[in-house]
Amino acid sequence: MTRPVLEVRDLKKSYGEGEATVHALRGVSMTVHRGDYVAIMGSSGSGKSTLMNILGALDIPTTGTYLLDGVDVGSLSDAQLALARNRLIGFIFQSFNLIPRTTAVANVELPLAYAGVKPKERRRRALAALDIVGLADRAGHEPNQLSGGQQQRVAVARALVTEPALLLADEPTGNLDSKSTDDVLQVFDDLSAAGKNIVIITHEDEVGARAKRLIRLVDGSIVTDVRQSPIELAPVGAAAAHAKVQSVAAGHLAAGHGTVARGSVYAAGGRHTA
Amino acid sequence: MSFFEVVRFSLRGLSANKLRSALTMLGILIGVAAVILLVAVGNGSAKAISDRIEALGTNTITVMSTGRGGSSSTALTKKMADALIDPELAPDIKSVSPVVSASSATMTYEGTDHAVSTFVGTTPDWFGASSTPVEKGASFTADDVTQGRRVVVIGQTVAEELFPGIDPIDKQVTVSGALFTVVGVLKEKSSTGFQDPNDTAIAPLTAVQQVLAGYGSLTSIIVEANDPDKVDAVQSEVSTILNQQLKVDSSSSSTTPYRIQNASSLLETQTETADTFTTLLGAVAAISLLVGGIGITNIMLVTVTERTREIGIRKALGAPRRVILNQFLIEATLLSVLGGGLGVAAALIGSQFEIVGVKPVIVPSSVGLAFGVSVAIGLFFGGLPAARAARLRPIDALRYE
Repeated sequence: MTRPVLEVRDLKKSYGEGEATVHALRGVSMTVHRGDYVAIMGSSGSGKSTLMNILGALDIPTTGTYLLDGVDVGSLSDAQLALARNRLIGFIFQSFNLIPRTTAVANVELPLAYAGVKPKERRRRALAALDIVGLADRAGHEPNQLSGGQQQRVAVARALVTEPALLLADEPTGNLDSKSTDDVLQVFDDLSAAGKNIVIITHEDEVGARAKRLIRLVDGSIVTDVRQSPIELAPVGAAAAHAKVQSVAAGHLAAGHGTVARGSVYAAGGRHTA
Repeated sequence: MSFFEVVRFSLRGLSANKLRSALTMLGILIGVAAVILLVAVGNGSAKAISDRIEALGTNTITVMSTGRGGSSSTALTKKMADALIDPELAPDIKSVSPVVSASSATMTYEGTDHAVSTFVGTTPDWFGASSTPVEKGASFTADDVTQGRRVVVIGQTVAEELFPGIDPIDKQVTVSGALFTVVGVLKEKSSTGFQDPNDTAIAPLTAVQQVLAGYGSLTSIIVEANDPDKVDAVQSEVSTILNQQLKVDSSSSSTTPYRIQNASSLLETQTETADTFTTLLGAVAAISLLVGGIGITNIMLVTVTERTREIGIRKALGAPRRVILNQFLIEATLLSVLGGGLGVAAALIGSQFEIVGVKPVIVPSSVGLAFGVSVAIGLFFGGLPAARAARLRPIDALRYE
């Protein structure tokens, strides 16, 4: 097998000191291979956002190692970290985080500008990325002229324009209605089908059900890690995911598929209490 | 990432909030313009004062009596004035004009009264020595003085008060019961102080002594030198002759009963005073620049703090610290350079106009200083918060509210 795109070993993160110490992560180890589409689920306070920020090199772990595309992120200098964020990671935020008063295409161009790409080439690649998310006709619009779903798709275009090794999405559909959620998730499915490595954080079952692999995080530790569909195939898509969530909610346990069932029951339980 | 790209980012950052950028620039503009203009006004008024003193004549000295109570032994007399006209002892003296002046003499013309603030009795040389040319008509002659003819040359203010719309030449005016014939009108003089220099009347020495002042002592003697460079020589010649006349021991110079006023020494004193004045104005303006600078600092702090989140986004997208720092530094520099430049322009335009009666004269060093200080303030206080923000971990910058 080739080098894993992402590998974390015994990752711990705690905030505060002494009595008031909060352990956000209590030793997380996971490996993501090429072509995978991983969903990390967990309730609020489970440490999933902390994990995501560390994976995105936005934050540093208290202890543990993080290998991104074989590079030990913990050993990188400030300038090298900037380079890693630029070249290896495409980060998608829950709140879109587009630069205000700046056109969609200029937002998408931004990482390329920091990568030192020439303006002409930059514009071409930014438009191509906008085309992938289906927003080529909105290139000249500023964020406040776009709907939430469109803004998030611009953010996705911005994340993938540098051809990063890893796409990280922190609750990308958290602020979106169901229609926009479908649009954005479809983009993720397409990207996954095109061979991109995606790690997504969510608390929505339907989003988790579409991923090829589902990891559940409780109190800073991984409790389940389920392969939902084969890594080498395209993701199951919206219809299949919807059907599965429905059947789980209806109480039909898929026979002979214990691991999936256990994970799904857990998901269903989580939804009832939520 | 090229420098040009960073400049473009900065321009985009500035144009994203045009009003705030404009207001920040306005703050710097006012500070810079105030410093330059106030110093220019101080400098301009100093220059105006020295111009006027030079106009009084730098080649004249004025001898005044210091004696109090009118003791006849120390008073200046016509005899002393005549003694000064001595080609042997005083070769550098061009003219000597004895002066008696009566304050507040009332002139009457056909029922109109006017109190003249200075009524001067002198000889015709006075007009040249005191740089007071006659505009209309003529001055009186030496013959008029010897004959004691009652003729008078009046200032502009007097002419306007007594003869509104009438040609005053050859009109008869009454001064203390005596009739004087107006023979000329003085050219208008610009004011040197609180007193109106145009509210004056000049008549022959003898006539004034007869009518107003009496045959007592002179108020002063104006001595004109042949050459401005000879003023010091004339001064010593005058004191030698006067010491003889007044029988003063020249060694005890501190007790001389007269005082010699020299226009060039007056000029020196005035220049020193004006320099102090300019420094004072400059200090006031510097305070306004400082206040403006604090304004810039405040806005820069707010700008950077408000955009901490944006800095976080940019860092998350892979912007190196240096690029972010450069962007904000260039933004601050552009703001302060543009604001300072506009301030210099505003000051240059403003200096074309008279301000409170003074024509400002720009001091080049004040332009450089004000501009430099404003740019330095912008750079330092724009750069400091930007550097702090650029050092933040992306996640902390993103979470910043």
